[in-house]
Amino acid sequence: MSSSRGLNLTLKIWRQPGPNARGEFRTYEMKNISPDMSFLEMLDVLNEQLIQTSEEPVAFDHDCREGICGMCSLMINGQAHGPDRATTTCQLHMRRFSDGDTIVIEPWRASAFPVIRDLATDRAAFDRIITAGGYVSVNTGNAQDANCLPVGRDRQEKSMAAAACIGCGACVAACKNASAMLFVSAKVSQLALLPQGVPERARRVTRMVAQMDKEGFGGCTNTYECEAACPAEVSVTNIARLNREYLRAVVVSEEGV
Amino acid sequence: MAEGHATTTNGSSRLQSNAPTGDVTTGWDRHKFDLKLVNPSNKRKFNIIVVGTGLAGASAAASLAELGYNVKAFCFQDSPRRAHSIAAQGGINAAKNYCNDGDSVWRLFYDTVKGGDFRARESNVYRLASVSTNIIDQCVAQGVPFQRDYGGLLANRSFGGAQVSRTFYARGQTGQQLLLGAYSALMRQVDLGKVKIFARREMLDLINVDGVARGIVVRNLITGEFESHTGDAVVLCTGGYGNVYYLSTNAKGCNVTAAWRCHKRGAFFANPCYTQIHPTCIPVSGEHQSKLTLMSESLRNDGRVWVPKNPGDSRAPNEIPDDDRDYYLERRYAAFGNLVPRDVASRAAKKACDEGFGVGETKLAVYLDFRDTIKRDGAAVVKGKYGNLFQMYAKITGEDPYSTPMRIYPAVHYTMGGLWVDYNLQSTIPGLYVLGEANFSDHGANRLGASALMQGLGDGYFVIPYTIGHHLATSKLPKIADDHPDVRGAVEAAKARVMKLLGIQGSRSVESFHRALGKIMWEQCGMARNKVGLEQAKRDIAGLRDEFWKNVRVTGTGEAFNQDLEHAGRVADFLEFGELLANDALTREESCGGHFREEHQTDENEAKRNDTDFCHAAAWEYTGGHDSFAGEKEQLHKEPLEFENVHLTTRSYRE
Repeated sequence: MSSSRGLNLTLKIWRQPGPNARGEFRTYEMKNISPDMSFLEMLDVLNEQLIQTSEEPVAFDHDCREGICGMCSLMINGQAHGPDRATTTCQLHMRRFSDGDTIVIEPWRASAFPVIRDLATDRAAFDRIITAGGYVSVNTGNAQDANCLPVGRDRQEKSMAAAACIGCGACVAACKNASAMLFVSAKVSQLALLPQGVPERARRVTRMVAQMDKEGFGGCTNTYECEAACPAEVSVTNIARLNREYLRAVVVSEEGV
Repeated sequence: MAEGHATTTNGSSRLQSNAPTGDVTTGWDRHKFDLKLVNPSNKRKFNIIVVGTGLAGASAAASLAELGYNVKAFCFQDSPRRAHSIAAQGGINAAKNYCNDGDSVWRLFYDTVKGGDFRARESNVYRLASVSTNIIDQCVAQGVPFQRDYGGLLANRSFGGAQVSRTFYARGQTGQQLLLGAYSALMRQVDLGKVKIFARREMLDLINVDGVARGIVVRNLITGEFESHTGDAVVLCTGGYGNVYYLSTNAKGCNVTAAWRCHKRGAFFANPCYTQIHPTCIPVSGEHQSKLTLMSESLRNDGRVWVPKNPGDSRAPNEIPDDDRDYYLERRYAAFGNLVPRDVASRAAKKACDEGFGVGETKLAVYLDFRDTIKRDGAAVVKGKYGNLFQMYAKITGEDPYSTPMRIYPAVHYTMGGLWVDYNLQSTIPGLYVLGEANFSDHGANRLGASALMQGLGDGYFVIPYTIGHHLATSKLPKIADDHPDVRGAVEAAKARVMKLLGIQGSRSVESFHRALGKIMWEQCGMARNKVGLEQAKRDIAGLRDEFWKNVRVTGTGEAFNQDLEHAGRVADFLEFGELLANDALTREESCGGHFREEHQTDENEAKRNDTDFCHAAAWEYTGGHDSFAGEKEQLHKEPLEFENVHLTTRSYRE
């Protein structure tokens, strides 16, 4: 990497020592950052510098660093996962930025995702929503042969497109209402589109929506910020399907929800 | 045998495989019948601890809870859905023979034993092949959206080391979909009150009482509190140790700590030198590199691997005509071509680069070229099959793989070694079971593509539910109180280690120690190994470990969310484990699968096994104290391997 390509940047990062502590933005100057670095590698460099000056490193969640685990979660200049479409923070690279840029970095902002420390938040609410019904009730055992359940290719692809959700919470962070509708609709759609999911579709949707409300996520007002922020490109058409599923469940279902 | 290891036990009495004898095809059925059962109403009296929530852990925890056991499931991530199984791309093998191309359980068994270079236990591999078909059925029943054909039936593709198409897939996100399936089964049991999830908990020690595994010590990563959890069995599903190399395709959090703590409490560690270097990863771009990204092996179905015939050819790849290209895999391995097993493909890439044919800025890369496929099938078809992989490549490198060949280089990806287990997946500590990548059992010295997902789910859905009952039904397991001296002792030991790390207050960061260790491991203990290098590695690791305990700087406190401290504990264990890995590699004086000793190769640079002296699993017992480490306290035991069905031959992928 030739040093002439290096970027000099100003970072404004949200620092908060604990869940109940008062937070503040702190400013850090970064010199000669390689454009080939990932965004998180840039934060690694910052943390190495902080450790040398005995300032505590910036806490941020990350794990796979290849865009699939859903652990990374940063608001970068006000955008969930930063400026690139269909890209998680860990897949964002510094070549996207210019020398002299100021970058503001915040945690996900939603009361249902309380801050643990600095940029790390608690997203257990998503697990509780899945627990309420995001599954097919089937025990391990002698399931019938897989090919006994034919699924048309278009239907399978729609189901897969919804199932691609990585559970990162960007949809919530991007929404002015902190709504979790895109997340919930992804799981409801995946299973509603498949024959396996049909027997308990009414129970599933009513229970998941009830849990979503209980967790304190806001309502959907169709601004589509969620879709724009989603790194897995989950479509808002799933929200329409969720609404249909919900309506069907409460009006015409014979499942007895 | 390496210096300092005075005792070697051949056919150790401590290593009872408990594998069924006789006809391998009926062994598992006969074995299941011989296992004692726990009756349905008694199952609710037993508490089982499952550590790790990847494919093995989530499937085991869900299945055990469905049977009626009370399960506590632990993971260090913020949700069980994030375990690194999620990142597996290409697919999962199953002997369904849906393609009518001659597949069978026997063929999958054969391919896996051969692919593992005859260093796995036949009985385990046969069982794995036979449950493979149930796995697909189970996942479909859960709603896993596998790729389908227009008629609505499941699609397959082919993978390295096989001449049939038996790999099931969901885009390039198969691991994600399988894990989300297992996770959904797990969360359903949470809803039913049979599983309790403990996320953001890191296992720091194993609690043994009277020689039986009865619990674990964890640190709550948010509050820093130490917790003890006791039960009637511990199921370890904590993945592999690839991050000992620092740079690998593993997630940043993957670590050996849980397995290593069990090892130091008496569980034998088998074949640590068997590491898989995956041939198709995105090359290192600079000193800042924090991890490596895999490009699925499925790309080798359509991509052609080549280097320029003239070393240092500075032309852009598309300007190099076919006559000046060396498609070296197709040239050297006519029968399998670009689909040779991973170890073979990786070494071939290394050889090409070592001889000066490498490409790109660093010259540590070869081309993976889709030009011919795009010409034949069109870019749309290629996009349909590999779109997300191409997109990922473009994001990381800033290059467009549709118009210019990908640059790839091998990277550490998977570890075949792990805690030694018997046929029941029980370690040498009664009551401690080890599943998935964390054990050593099924892949021998090299794992075939799309077999890790199969093994993780096979162990969790279809093996442990049967075998754990035998332990519970036949052991005396008195209730263990939280103030039992062995519980308190393990908690105090874990606390003391954390306090020690925080107390050093040196000047060198945890990260820099990890990088330094990784460099030693990759250079001396990577794709090719030799005696001199391995001996040097052992000394260097020991030296680095000494420096670590004198000079590491861990910031912050133990009573809070402290990622630096988490990392420090993991690196401390890698610094001990790395020495055992190097020692195992030094001791195994042969080349097999992913373990390539330069002293032992054929005239054509292929791995040369020594079946006379090394047809065994090497299981290491730690005989020192658990709160310190001395490499010479590792004692070698051998489990002889017998090949009654797939006869020992030299692997050949040429004809």
